[in-house]
Amino acid sequence: MLAGKVKMTQVSDTAPTTPLAQRPIRVSASDVTVHYGAKQALFGVSIDIPDRAVTSFIGPSGCGKSTFLRCINRMNDTIEGCRVGGSITLDGEDVYSPALDVVELRARVGMVFQKPNPFPKSIYENVAYGPKIHGLARSKADLDEIVVTSLRKAGLFEEVKDRLHEPGTGLSGGQQQRLCIARAIAVGPEVILMDEPCSALDPIATAVIEELIDELRANYTIIIVTHSMQQAARVSQKTAFFHLGKLIEEGRTEDIFTNPTKKQTQDYITGRIG
Amino acid sequence: MTDIPAGIDRSESAERRARVRAGLARRHRGEMTFRGLGLAAIVLALGFVAIFFWTILSKGLPSFMQPVVHVEAFFDPAVITNPAPPVQAVGQSDADFRAQSLKWQRDLAGLNWNKIVEAALRRAMPAGTEIDSKQILTVVETSERHRLREMFVADPSLLGKTVKVDLLASANVDSWLKGNIDRDLPDSQQQLSAPARALADALAANGTITMRFAWTIFANVDSRAAPAAAGLAGAFMGSLYMMLVVILLAVPIGVASAIYLEEYAPKSRLTDLIEVNINNLAAVPSIVFGLLGAAVFINTFHLPLSAPLVGGLVLTLMTLPTIIIATRGALQGVSPSLRQAALGLGASKTQMVFHHVLPVTFPSILTATIIGVAQALGETAPLLLIGMNAFVASVPATPLDQATALPVQVFLWQGNENRNFFEARTSAAIIVLLGLMIVLNAVAIFLRTRLERRA
Repeated sequence: MLAGKVKMTQVSDTAPTTPLAQRPIRVSASDVTVHYGAKQALFGVSIDIPDRAVTSFIGPSGCGKSTFLRCINRMNDTIEGCRVGGSITLDGEDVYSPALDVVELRARVGMVFQKPNPFPKSIYENVAYGPKIHGLARSKADLDEIVVTSLRKAGLFEEVKDRLHEPGTGLSGGQQQRLCIARAIAVGPEVILMDEPCSALDPIATAVIEELIDELRANYTIIIVTHSMQQAARVSQKTAFFHLGKLIEEGRTEDIFTNPTKKQTQDYITGRIG
Repeated sequence: MTDIPAGIDRSESAERRARVRAGLARRHRGEMTFRGLGLAAIVLALGFVAIFFWTILSKGLPSFMQPVVHVEAFFDPAVITNPAPPVQAVGQSDADFRAQSLKWQRDLAGLNWNKIVEAALRRAMPAGTEIDSKQILTVVETSERHRLREMFVADPSLLGKTVKVDLLASANVDSWLKGNIDRDLPDSQQQLSAPARALADALAANGTITMRFAWTIFANVDSRAAPAAAGLAGAFMGSLYMMLVVILLAVPIGVASAIYLEEYAPKSRLTDLIEVNINNLAAVPSIVFGLLGAAVFINTFHLPLSAPLVGGLVLTLMTLPTIIIATRGALQGVSPSLRQAALGLGASKTQMVFHHVLPVTFPSILTATIIGVAQALGETAPLLLIGMNAFVASVPATPLDQATALPVQVFLWQGNENRNFFEARTSAAIIVLLGLMIVLNAVAIFLRTRLERRA
């Protein structure tokens, strides 16, 4: 619990400069399969996610990239008939081990969804909810500080500081999505999963979020699922390409986009499939 | 239009348009017919509602007024032969004294208070009226002589004094004066004798009998011997206790079952079976629930007959499916993104349900609950089977005491032999019941709009 609090205050403004290959591995997946009932949605996916960098999952619709993302914080557990095989580790700990508490896992691995989904409560309540249920704040002042810091990190504080107690649903789409990011940050996660966070936003709001993601990678390990290859190219350092439930290729973003080794990847980034 | 390829025949497209146009007329006609039918249905329904309210109000509202005889009662020492209340002697035990007091009151009840009533009426009636004792007493309700006795018990110093009192006119006088009984019927078919009818008219003419708001409907309990003194107080309390039981049991059990079935229960053949059965329970005739209540609560658990607790339990069983189905519907309507938002933050399932899902669905659950409770309030059939149609002449002090309920009271009065009078009382009781329903529904609508605006 304290770890989250310390992380909140320890702000380094610059992203680490060590090359990707030398970074520690935060999340590691090996041979992950997913079945929805009788239908297999994911076939043997293995990938390592480096610390404090943005990793993007790209691929055509239905390729399994969101499914895989949802395995990392076990959101798939909530889907009836979903079975996950293989192993995923977070800092070497098996995410699917029975000893691991899924509530604690989700406190460590935050998530931002496709459609902005603030709670129908005030802006303040939205951000304060996570710290409250996890018992992160010792006092009201503590909680206030977490809320303000989180909103600031999400680049939303200046816009909403005068109306913290107005409903979060009254904000614009882009602001709502940043509120959701602030809400995720407030819990002090180490990894943030973003499932097509800009697909419901206009280009200007998208640009703001992309800029924010770029800032956030100084402190968080970010995994983003996106439909837009341009977005993947702009925000991520590592890219993984999924097709028909298989991980086709993964590597440094510039390599994937300029020099893909697989034909399917090349077809996708040149617009021939997807 | 200009670059239609030569291959496509212009006449063909014109023909196609003509065909569409021909169909258009038919489609518009169909729409008009449907609209007309819909409007007719609404007008018909409203017409029935209007007739319903008109009948009820025109019959029921006058019965909120009832005739009262203003007389001067002389507490005649010749009638009250044992006027002195007992005094507690030194050294006499409290229990002994209480027994002595009760004996005094019992002895008082044995006196002929009718003489005092009769004398008072004779003083008030116009000179020269010819009427015998038996006939004159039919003008005043039988409950009134007991009232005089109670007045005297409360204040024995009234002895020998003359006091102004308002005596309730009898139910037959009420029917006669209001014209609820045909004045031209022959004597043999009239409830009152000819001299009594003449006396009632004379007293009404000289201002001794006036109409007064019938507080008795609200303040008194049911009465068979004295219909003019019959009221809804007992039935109202009975209904109130039952509502309390229903609210305290059906709401928590119903909402909890709905939450469990919707959020926690694994999808299996067993839960499917439970779901089908709950849906079927909602369609079970209410009288069957009454049988169930009689068999289970009364025969097996030996709970008392006619008790609001048992009535409340039966109505709870009846209301549960309504609340469960409505709550499940409301829970299903919550967008999955709200659930994901909570779960994604690390909220447990229970936190998700109680912090986010329930607050959003609260207005719908509340509305369903109030409507379910209102339905239960109007239910009669199951109560008949657990003895709540008994004649109860006291206000129940606890939910275990014998009682009846508002709709059952309507049923009892409607079947009473003193038809002319009780038809009006029945309408009055219906107005009270409908008034309660309207209040409950208004509260439901008010709370829903208020809470929805806040959410």
